[in-house]
Amino acid sequence: MLNRAIQDLKKYFRYSVVSAKSKLKAEVANSYLNWLWWILDPLCFMLIYTFIFGFVFDAKEQHFPVFIFIGLTMWDFVNKTLLGSVKTIKLNKAIVSRVYFPKFILVLSKIWINGFKMMISFGVVVLLMIISKVHLSLNVLFFIPILLILVLFTFGCSCIVMHYGVYVEDLSNVLNIFMRFVFYATGIFYNIETRIPQFGGLLNKINPVAFLITSMRQCLIYGSTPDWKLLLLWFTVSVILVILGLRKIYKEENSYVKAI
Amino acid sequence: MSEFAIEVENLSISYKGLKSYSIKKNLLRRKRSEKEEFRAVKNLSFKLKKGEILGIVGKNGSGKSTLLKAIAGIFTPDEGSIDLHGNSISLLAIGVGFIKELTGRENILLSGMLLGFTEKEIKSRTDEIIEFSELGDFIDKPVRTYSSGMYSKLSFAITAILETDIILIDEVLSVGDARFRKKSYAKMKELINQNDRTVVIVSHDNKTLIDLCDKLLWINDGEVMQFGETKAVLSAYEKYVG
Repeated sequence: MLNRAIQDLKKYFRYSVVSAKSKLKAEVANSYLNWLWWILDPLCFMLIYTFIFGFVFDAKEQHFPVFIFIGLTMWDFVNKTLLGSVKTIKLNKAIVSRVYFPKFILVLSKIWINGFKMMISFGVVVLLMIISKVHLSLNVLFFIPILLILVLFTFGCSCIVMHYGVYVEDLSNVLNIFMRFVFYATGIFYNIETRIPQFGGLLNKINPVAFLITSMRQCLIYGSTPDWKLLLLWFTVSVILVILGLRKIYKEENSYVKAI
Repeated sequence: MSEFAIEVENLSISYKGLKSYSIKKNLLRRKRSEKEEFRAVKNLSFKLKKGEILGIVGKNGSGKSTLLKAIAGIFTPDEGSIDLHGNSISLLAIGVGFIKELTGRENILLSGMLLGFTEKEIKSRTDEIIEFSELGDFIDKPVRTYSSGMYSKLSFAITAILETDIILIDEVLSVGDARFRKKSYAKMKELINQNDRTVVIVSHDNKTLIDLCDKLLWINDGEVMQFGETKAVLSAYEKYVG
C-alpha cells in the first residue's frame, strides 16, 4: 500500500500543486481586496480577541497579540482543511465520476491551499514579533518539526474524514460542532495551562492541536524548549493516522462514485 | 504486446449497501432496511482488438454507462476483471468534468494531467484544443459562466485533441449546434480511422453505429444479449425493441 501511495504521489504531485495554485488564483480573482483577505482575516480576529481577552478579561500573557496570532494561524489551517475535506468528494463529483485518480490527492491539494495561507499568516507573525520586540533563541528551530507534525496530523485526519464524509451525509454538521468545541478546548486566546489549573495540563497533552500551538508559542515567543518527547509521540501518532487514512481510502475509493 | 486492447472477463458490478445515510435517519429508524442490491452488470465478457471500434446498444438503465465507467477504471469490478494491457484511456460523457470556479484554460491543463499527460504535452496542444472548442475569449473565464453547449464543446475538444489509446464515448456525438456536431463527427471519424486507436461508443443513433463501428455489443439488464457484426446485432436489437 505504501509503495502504491509513493508511486501515486510521484505521478499526481504536480496535479495537486497546479490545482491548488489555480484555486488560490480563482479565490483572489473573485474579491475586491483579494489576497489581502489572507492577512486581514486572521489579523481582524486577532484584534477582536486581543480586545476581548486582553482588555475585558484581563489576560496577562506576555506578547499577547503574537500569542493569539500563532494560535489562530495554526488553528485556521487545521480547521479549514478538516472541514473542507468532509464534502470534497461530493464537490468534485464532476471529476471523480469521469476519471480515476487517487482520492487523497484532493486532500493534498487542500493542504497546499491552506498551507500557503498559513505561511502568509506566519509572515505576519514574524512582523508582529519584530514589533513587540520578542527575544529569539535557538529554539525557534523547533518551528519546522512542529509544523511538519501539524501538517501530517491534519492530512491523516482529513483523509479519514473525507472517506466517511462520502457515506455520512450530516458528518459536516457534527464535525462543525465538534471543531467548535475543540476550538475552545485548544486555548487559542487563553493559556490553557494557567486558565484551567485542574485539567489544563492534561488537556494540553491529549489535544494535539493545543499541544502543537503551545509548543510553537514556547519556541517562538518565550524562547523555551518544547517537550520533544511528546512531539515525537504525536509525530508517531500522526504517521499512523496518515497510514490508516490512506489505507481506508485506497480500499474503498472506487466505490465513492456509487454513493454520490 | 497483446493484440487485444480491452479484455473484459466475467465482469459483475453491483450497487449494494452503498447508499449514503444520515445520522438522524439512523437514530429515528429502529430497524435498518435490508440492503438493496442492484446488479448493474452481470457476468459480462468480451474482447476487443487494438484498433477496433465497438458500439454498445441497449435500453436505458441496461448498464451501458456503468460498463464504460468500469472500463475507465472509475469503478472496481465486484467480480471478474478488466485488462487494458497498459493502454491509456479517457472517457467522454455528457455533463461537466470540470472544476467550476477555474477557467477553461486551467481546466484543460488539469484534465490533461489527470488523463496522464505531462504539462509540456498539454501546453503544446492547448492552442489546438482552444481552437477546436471555438470558445474564443471565454477560455480565460471561469467554467461556471459557460453555457451547457460550451461545456460539451470544451470537453469534446480535450478528449479529441489529447488522444489516448482507448477512447470511450458515452452518447456525446450529439453536442453543440448542428455545425459543431458535424465537425466533431468528422474529427471522431478521423481519430477512429487511425489504426491503433480503440474506441467504444455508446449511442442510440443507428446511423452512427453502422457508419463507425466494426462490432456491436447489445446488453440487456447487464447481460450480453449478442456480440458480433454491427449489422447483424443491430437488426436483432431492432426486432427485439420492436
